[in-house]
Amino acid sequence: MRQGEISLAGFLALFSLYLMWKSAELPIGYIRGQGPGGGFWPFWLSVGMLLSCCAIAWKWWRGKSPASVSDEPLMDRFGWRTVLLVGGGVVGFVAMISVVSMYGAVGLFLIYYLRFLGRHSWLLTLAMAIVLPIALFFFFEGAMQISMPQGMPFTQPFFDVMYDIIY
Amino acid sequence: MEVFSSLADGIFLALMPINLMLILIGVTVGLFIGAMPGLGSVNGVAILLPITFLVPPSSAIIFLAAIYYGAMYGGAISSVTLGIPGASTAVATTFDGRPLALQGRASLALVTAALASFVGGTVATVLFTLFAPLLATMALSFGPPEIFALMLLAFATFVGLGGDDIPKTIFSICFGLVLATVGFDTISGEPRLVLFDIQGFLRGIGFIVLAIGVYGIGEMIWTIEQTRGEVTTTNPKMTAKGLIADSKEATKKGWKGTLIGSFLGFFVGVLPAAGATPGSLMSYGVAKMLSRTPQEYGKGSPDGVAAPEAANNSASTGSMLPMLTLGIPGSPTTAILLGGMVIWGLTPGPRLFLDQSEFVWGLIGSFYISNLAAVLINLAFIPLFVWMLRMPFTILAPLIFVLSIVGGFAASRSMHDLWLIVIFGLGAFFMRKFDYPLAPAVLAIVLGPIAEPTLRQSLLLSSGDPMIFFNRPIAGPITVIAIFLILLPAFKLLRRKKPAAAN
Repeated sequence: MRQGEISLAGFLALFSLYLMWKSAELPIGYIRGQGPGGGFWPFWLSVGMLLSCCAIAWKWWRGKSPASVSDEPLMDRFGWRTVLLVGGGVVGFVAMISVVSMYGAVGLFLIYYLRFLGRHSWLLTLAMAIVLPIALFFFFEGAMQISMPQGMPFTQPFFDVMYDIIY
Repeated sequence: MEVFSSLADGIFLALMPINLMLILIGVTVGLFIGAMPGLGSVNGVAILLPITFLVPPSSAIIFLAAIYYGAMYGGAISSVTLGIPGASTAVATTFDGRPLALQGRASLALVTAALASFVGGTVATVLFTLFAPLLATMALSFGPPEIFALMLLAFATFVGLGGDDIPKTIFSICFGLVLATVGFDTISGEPRLVLFDIQGFLRGIGFIVLAIGVYGIGEMIWTIEQTRGEVTTTNPKMTAKGLIADSKEATKKGWKGTLIGSFLGFFVGVLPAAGATPGSLMSYGVAKMLSRTPQEYGKGSPDGVAAPEAANNSASTGSMLPMLTLGIPGSPTTAILLGGMVIWGLTPGPRLFLDQSEFVWGLIGSFYISNLAAVLINLAFIPLFVWMLRMPFTILAPLIFVLSIVGGFAASRSMHDLWLIVIFGLGAFFMRKFDYPLAPAVLAIVLGPIAEPTLRQSLLLSSGDPMIFFNRPIAGPITVIAIFLILLPAFKLLRRKKPAAAN
C-alpha cells in the first residue's frame, strides 16, 4: 500500500502537469476588456491538483496517512482475480457493443457473468440473457425513442423483426 | 384572502377527472423514468411534451409538472437500491442511501426519501403560493458574484466538514472541476482541453459519465472485492408493519435534514441558473454541519437521505417560480416546460399571474395534488424496489453493470462516453483503494458549469478585482462563510496541536 500511495500520487501529479500544459493552449491570464482567458480556470485548478499531490506526498513521507504506514499488499490474489474477471468482463461488454449491438452485448455479458462468474443454472442464465435485452429494446427503442448501437450488419435481421413489432 | 380563493379554484381544477388522471399517470411514469440510471425528469418531460398538445394548456402543464415531481422522487430509488445516482439531483442521496441499503435498511432509506420529498415539496408549494412575486424579485438581485459565492459555499461544505483526507478531497474537487471544463470554452467558443487530441472530448464530459463510472462500475467492483463477492445487501423484508415502523424512524431521525432541505432547497431552486442539484448538495452539507453527529454522515444517516431529498423536491418547485414569473428557467427541465408554454401560446413573465390566472393557479393546485399522489404511489412501490435487493448479488451485480452501460449510452448516445465510463470506473476503484473521496469530484463536475462562467463574469464586471466577492451585501457574507469552512480543518489542527505542545 505504501508504494502504491506514492506511485498513484506521482501519476496524478504528472497528469496535473499535463492538464496545466493543455490548459495553457488558451490564455490563462486576465485579458483587458474580456476578463479571464479560456485557460484561466482549468489551469489554476490543475495547479490546485498538483499542489494537492505534493501535500499527499508530504503526508506520505511523514507517515500521516493510513496507506503510507501500511505494509499490506494493494490486493491479494482474490482481489486481482476479481478486478480482472469483473472489470475485464465490463471492458469486454463495451467492446462487443460495436460487434453484436447493445442488446447482443447485454445478452453475452449476462451469460458470462451469471453462468461463469455467478455459477447460476443455464435455465436462469438463458432466461435472463434473452428476456432482459428484449425488455430493454421495448423500453428504449419503443417507449423512450432512443436508438442503441446496432453493431455489425449481420444483426440487421433481428432489428428488422423487432422494429416491425413496435412500428 | 384572494390568494386562498385562487388556490381553492386551482386545486378544484387539478382535481377534475382528466387532470387527476394525468397527474396519476405523470407521477407514475416520472417515478420509473427517474429510477432508471441515465434518465431523469428532463428526458421524461422532453419525450412526453408532444403528447400534451392533445389536451388544454392547463392540463398539459399539470401533466408535465407531475412527471417532473415523479422523476424527482424516482431519482432516489436508483441512488439507494443500485448506488447509482439516476440524475444529478440525486447524487447526495447516494452518500447515505447506499450505505443504508448495504446495511439491509433500504426500506428505511426509501421511506425517508419519500417522506422528505413530500415535506420538501409541500413546504415549497406553500412558499410558492404565498411569496411567489416577492421571491422572484429577490432572486433577481442574485448576480454572478452571488451565484459564484454560493458555489464556493457548496465546495467549502465538503472541504471543511469532510472527515476525509483534506489534500485528497481538494484534489477530487479540482479534478471534477477540470473535467467540467473539457470541450469548448463557453465564453470564447474555442476548443479546450481536448485530451490527447481525441475528438470525442470536444463533446465535453457529462456529469452522468463520471457518476455512472464512479458509482455504477467503480463502486461495484470495490464492493465485490472488499466483500469477496459475498455482499450482504441482506434480505431486506418489507411488510406493512415494517413500513409504518420505518416511517416513524424516518420522521424521528430525519426531521432536521428534512426541514433544512425544504427551506434551503427552495431558496436555491428559486435562483435562476441554480436549480435542484446545488440545492440538494448544499442541504446535505449544511445538515451535516448542523448535526450533532456529523461523523454518522456517509455511513447511513437517515438525516443524510432526508436533507437532499427534501431539497431536490423543494428546489424543483422553486425553480418553477422564476420560470413562471420572470420567464427564466432554473433547470433544464423547466427550460423545456418554458418551451412548451410558448408553444401553447402563453407568455411567461410578470403578467402571467394576471392574464392567465386560471392556468397559474391550476398549476399551483396541481403541485399539492401531485405531491400527495407522488408520495402515495412511491410508498406503494417501495416493496417492489426493496424486493430487487433480495436478489442474489451475483444476479444484482450484472444487472447494475448492464443498467449502467445502457443508461450511460442513453444519456450521451456516444461510444466514446461509454469507454470513459469504464475508464472512470476502473480509475475510481484504484483511487478508492487509497481513500480518495470521489463524491466531491461528482459534485464538482455538476457545479463546475455554473461556477466557471459566474467567476469569469464577476471578474469581468470588477475588471479583475476579486474584492467583488467580498464587498457586495449578499456575496460578501456567503464568501466569508465559505472561506471559514475551507479553513476549518486548519483551525481544528491548530487547536489539536496546542494542547499537545502544552503537554
